[in-house]
Amino acid sequence: MPIETHRSEDGRVLTIRIEGRFDFSSHQAFRDAYEHAEPGVAQYIVDLSDTTYLDSSALGMLLLLRDYAGGDGSSIRICNCSGDVRRILSISNFEQLFDID
Amino acid sequence: MQTSLPQTASLRILIAEDSDSDRLILTRLVSRLGHQVIEATDGAEAVRRFREAKPDLVLLDALMPRMDGMECARQIKALAGDELVPVIFLTSLTDAGSLADCLDAGGDDFIAKPYNRVILAAKIQAFNRMRVMHRTLTQQRDNIRARNEQLLDEQSIAKRVFDNVAHTGCLDAPHIRYYASPMSIFNGDILFACPRPAGGMHILIGDFTGHGLPAAIGAMPVAEIFYGMTTKGFAASEVLQEINQKLRRILPTGMFCCAAMVEADFHLGQVGIWNGGLPDGFLLRRAGGKTVVHSTHLPLGVLDPDHFDATLVYHMAEPGDSLLLMTDGVLEASGADDIMLGEEGVRSAVSAWGSGAGVVEHLVDRVREHTNRQPDKDDMTLIALEIVEEQEDTGFAATLGQSALQGPVQWACSYEISGPTLGRFSPLPLLLHVCTQVSGLRRCSGAIYTMLAELYNNALEHGVLRLPSEWKASAGGFARYYLERQRRLCSVEDHFIRFELRHRQTDSGGELTITCEDSGEGFDPAQTGPHKEDGACYAGRGLMLLQELADEMTINMPGNRVEVVYHWQAT
Repeated sequence: MPIETHRSEDGRVLTIRIEGRFDFSSHQAFRDAYEHAEPGVAQYIVDLSDTTYLDSSALGMLLLLRDYAGGDGSSIRICNCSGDVRRILSISNFEQLFDID
Repeated sequence: MQTSLPQTASLRILIAEDSDSDRLILTRLVSRLGHQVIEATDGAEAVRRFREAKPDLVLLDALMPRMDGMECARQIKALAGDELVPVIFLTSLTDAGSLADCLDAGGDDFIAKPYNRVILAAKIQAFNRMRVMHRTLTQQRDNIRARNEQLLDEQSIAKRVFDNVAHTGCLDAPHIRYYASPMSIFNGDILFACPRPAGGMHILIGDFTGHGLPAAIGAMPVAEIFYGMTTKGFAASEVLQEINQKLRRILPTGMFCCAAMVEADFHLGQVGIWNGGLPDGFLLRRAGGKTVVHSTHLPLGVLDPDHFDATLVYHMAEPGDSLLLMTDGVLEASGADDIMLGEEGVRSAVSAWGSGAGVVEHLVDRVREHTNRQPDKDDMTLIALEIVEEQEDTGFAATLGQSALQGPVQWACSYEISGPTLGRFSPLPLLLHVCTQVSGLRRCSGAIYTMLAELYNNALEHGVLRLPSEWKASAGGFARYYLERQRRLCSVEDHFIRFELRHRQTDSGGELTITCEDSGEGFDPAQTGPHKEDGACYAGRGLMLLQELADEMTINMPGNRVEVVYHWQAT
């Protein structure tokens, strides 16, 4: 599975891991990952440690997640970005919208 | 779809058989299965009957007089064309070679004599299923072909409308070089350039998420706003704010436009740049060296108007310098090995070039080399603007739309902005709009805008904010000037700038009088004298420009009120 989810024990943190290319082909799976989760998620973590590439439609999907998670009030952490992935995120200045490390 | 027909489906079946007894037996068998039979006694007759009766299936004796079964099958298949008409050979032949010849001639199967009723029924049924399936596929193919043609037709019409709205503006100006590779009829990338009424130009380069129709739909309002507002004299940051707000409202979440906006002012020798999500741009110095223009903003269409920051970063630019901007298609161009050109690749290609707008062709060549001339996988757009002397800048008037309205001739108005509004709002588009209601002034809107802008900027920056223009002579001072401008704009509580416009008809055309007064302490024009030669004196360049454009200019004492008179001639 290119996209895996993991729920913390208290159920408050949902981690979404994307493996390989994060582009339009992951669209449905990525949406399912958070839309099909049981209610009660307070924080989302998008783990990109195994993501090799990220394109502008993936940036769009992250914005969709942000909207879903409550927009300005959302708590989303994007972590373990590789150099290339990090570059794409910072060209678009996504630090202003997400907690990226 | 009717691939599973009921057992009783009645077909029209041509039976060609020279032996009367064999034909009779077969005709009976087939009729009893519920099918309609057309009979022929030799090959030539079979072809003729086939042409007349258009049967669904043919049972053909291999050996017949006049024309044998093989030749007959060939002709029937040719007549049937695209349609699948199964041809089943009736034969007592048993050697493999003869049976293969039957198939080579276009036959689909054999039935051995003597006939077995069950096998005959099953074969007719099986071939009918195949025939129906073939017809369904053919129809679907034809439908798809027709739909595709219709779609292409619609696209080419839509493209004409699109090109009229999202036209390329002044991209063909001699000091602009650009390259745009469309991946489909529509293009996810946008590239617009428009002259400003005051001279210089705005350039917008961008890349919508996605390709094709959705991207093109977003591009249309962007083009409308960009060209409309620039032509009316709005500043680049105001144009950006409007575009962002529009895209935020109309685009679904997840769709946005990475873009860079350029405000080039050849008169002041400066370029303002806003980069939201595009790769690094480069300001290539004629003297060598380059300034990198990073993306410092989120793309257009992401943030609410309240959070959107449309502040441009200004750089000094001299004639011979060039500004290069590109979409991420350039960085993502990859060859057969799937390795992208990348940031480093672009940077080294740019460094190898030096200066000049030819950097566009150089970089496109570099991409071609890298991709081994593979067709571009992404949309790729590049533009380079060469900074030129002001007089080489191509004129604005030619591109301005003409209105058939005559407009007012005898009028006056007064417009004052004060307090914090001074820092937030530019009255220039509004004032230009009032003036260009006079048809005779519309033709010289460039001159009018320049006079309004010089008067306003003098009043604001030197009158109200008391900024010394000497600062702008050096790169360090340049940045300081804009920082200080920003800072002082926050404390203009008791200040105002007042315009008075008056227009009247004259024998030969009309006369426009513009008066601009500010709440500043004014200045003594005589004191600026000693510095005049170096062109860096207090309000010097602006006043000189006003003097050139206006027919009369009066500065009151203590220098906080300037009046210019402008005459236009009826043609």
